[in-house]
Amino acid sequence: MADPAVKAVNLRKNYGDFVAVDGIDFEIQRGECFGFLGPNGAGKTTTMRMIYRASPVGSGSLLILGHEAAQGHRDRAIKGRIGVVPQEDNLDTELTLRENLQVFARFYGLSKAQAATRTDELLEFVQLREKADAKAFQLSGGMKRRALIARGLLGDPELLVLDEPTTGLDPQARINLWERLRDLKRKQATLILTTHYMDEAEQLCDRLVIMDKGKIVAQGAPKALIREHVSSHVVEVAVSAQSGRLQSNGRVETPGVSSDGVVASVSELTSMAKRHEQHHDRLLLYVDNGEEVVTRAAQLLPDAETLLRRSTLEDVFLKITGRGLIE
Amino acid sequence: MNLPGDINLTTALSVWRRNKTEYSHSWMTNILPNFFDPVLYLLGMGLGLGMFVGRGVGGLTYIEYIAPGLMAASAMQGASFETTYNVFVKMNFARLYDAYLATPALIQDIAFGELLWAVTRGLIYGMAFMIVLGGFTLFGHRILISPFAVLLPVAMALTATMFALIGLTFTASIRNINYYGFYYTLWLTPLFLFSGIFFPLNDPKIAGGHGETIAWFTPLFHCVRLMRALAQGPLDWTHAASALIVLGVIAALFVIVPRRMRRRMVS
Ligand SMILES: Nc1ncnc2c1ncn2[C@@H]1O[C@H](COP(=O)(O)OP(=O)(O)OP(=O)(O)O)[C@@H](O)[C@H]1O
Ligand SMILES: [Mg+2]
Repeated sequence: MADPAVKAVNLRKNYGDFVAVDGIDFEIQRGECFGFLGPNGAGKTTTMRMIYRASPVGSGSLLILGHEAAQGHRDRAIKGRIGVVPQEDNLDTELTLRENLQVFARFYGLSKAQAATRTDELLEFVQLREKADAKAFQLSGGMKRRALIARGLLGDPELLVLDEPTTGLDPQARINLWERLRDLKRKQATLILTTHYMDEAEQLCDRLVIMDKGKIVAQGAPKALIREHVSSHVVEVAVSAQSGRLQSNGRVETPGVSSDGVVASVSELTSMAKRHEQHHDRLLLYVDNGEEVVTRAAQLLPDAETLLRRSTLEDVFLKITGRGLIE
Repeated sequence: MNLPGDINLTTALSVWRRNKTEYSHSWMTNILPNFFDPVLYLLGMGLGLGMFVGRGVGGLTYIEYIAPGLMAASAMQGASFETTYNVFVKMNFARLYDAYLATPALIQDIAFGELLWAVTRGLIYGMAFMIVLGGFTLFGHRILISPFAVLLPVAMALTATMFALIGLTFTASIRNINYYGFYYTLWLTPLFLFSGIFFPLNDPKIAGGHGETIAWFTPLFHCVRLMRALAQGPLDWTHAASALIVLGVIAALFVIVPRRMRRRMVS
């Protein structure tokens, strides 16, 4: 088996006294799409910046495309083979979109003519041809992201690091981009991406890690993670439709109405589930016998909205961190 | 190709080219104002004030006396503006250097590319002003009269390089753009006024006769006397000493600037 594209061993990074990345280990194989999930401030961007060599390694080992990056001596060799789509928009606002791409192409050693050809190809690829002569600040948010993706591809990278590539894209643009990323994967590129969209991670990532507070709290293939950490199905019960409010202590507060019946119903339902969680007015029941539980829920709480669905990565996340991904 | 200090020329030139691209959009608003600056001083001080400085200085009329020094000031200003406000904005507000750092560029390449650009800009100003001075010379003013005047662009490049590096050092040391107020009013303006452009510093009335001795410890003074000697003569070994001092400052800052920028930018 070929050596990994990226391998981190006990990778750490502090900002002053603050520990942003707290001793993580992972191994990304060549040609795979590897995801980093986690709430705001988990340390995803910090990890990405260490990988694409914009930020020094704090301590530990970080092997990138066969080069040890911890000392920083190999940065130039590494960076020539990595493409970067940063989380923050840093297009050059003084230049047009076409100039942005042509100027940045030269950093990868392309000649003027090659830069022009590559720019046209990539504008086509991200479907921004008609905006080629607009100044960068005149692009919409989603167009800027697509422009950043084009810029990240200028050097024809073996390894593409995408920090929240689809944040701000409309659904159509997102799906188009997924298709583009799959194209790149077919061409054997290694993709590393961070995202807050669970469906995106499930769609694209062969494997992923979930980070929280600088640590990796779970890792594996999306399906395996779901199998491992949560039941196959979830029954959601929206109790607020009952014109009451589900309290954090499990009681339902219904002005003027006795809530004891509801409480009994809720406790019967939770006892049928392998595990349950409450998020505001939603009760989540993790079950393997979904049909049975959803039927019972409809009987017990006829006014509540009930829903049976497959478990997702979001459920995995909720279970692991005990809070929502997007706070 | 890599230069000393592990500077990669391809990426450094890419930084330079980005600035050229921006400049090609905005030269009307960018180049013209700064170009008029020394021309206005030449006319206002040289012709206007010159009428009251009847005896001139050292056998030259007043406008002839101040013209070479203004060329040095023009190169200084072009390079300074570039490595102060412009670099600060790109580094801090536009986050452009973050984008550069995601390419094969390293910090020393960015610093060198900005330096090359600042020198280019200093040379553009200096040369434009030199052409104006050439016009005055044709009309009988003794300004570009020495054959060594062909070396003036070299002196301009030295001037621009030194002040570009001084500007980068300052820029890499501050976190708030308002500090440039100090840089301009307490540093560049005094240099402009007291570096021997407008009056000779070796006069006994100035600093008890020590004016020139003090000025030897300041940067623009050396550029001014180099320009004056190249344009109008006479050249002697003290000018070689001035050139060496400028080169020494350049060499020292060339080492310091990438380190400072690294400390400022990398976290
Ligand atoms: N340059 C910096 N200086 C100090 N602290 C920083 C710096 N960059 C990041 N941090 C801190 O490190 C932690 C991790 O930040 P990071 O940007 O890696 O999070 P993230 O997982 O990418 O979050 P998000 O999903 O919001 O993008 C945060 O607490 C953040 O405040
Ligand atoms: Mg982030």
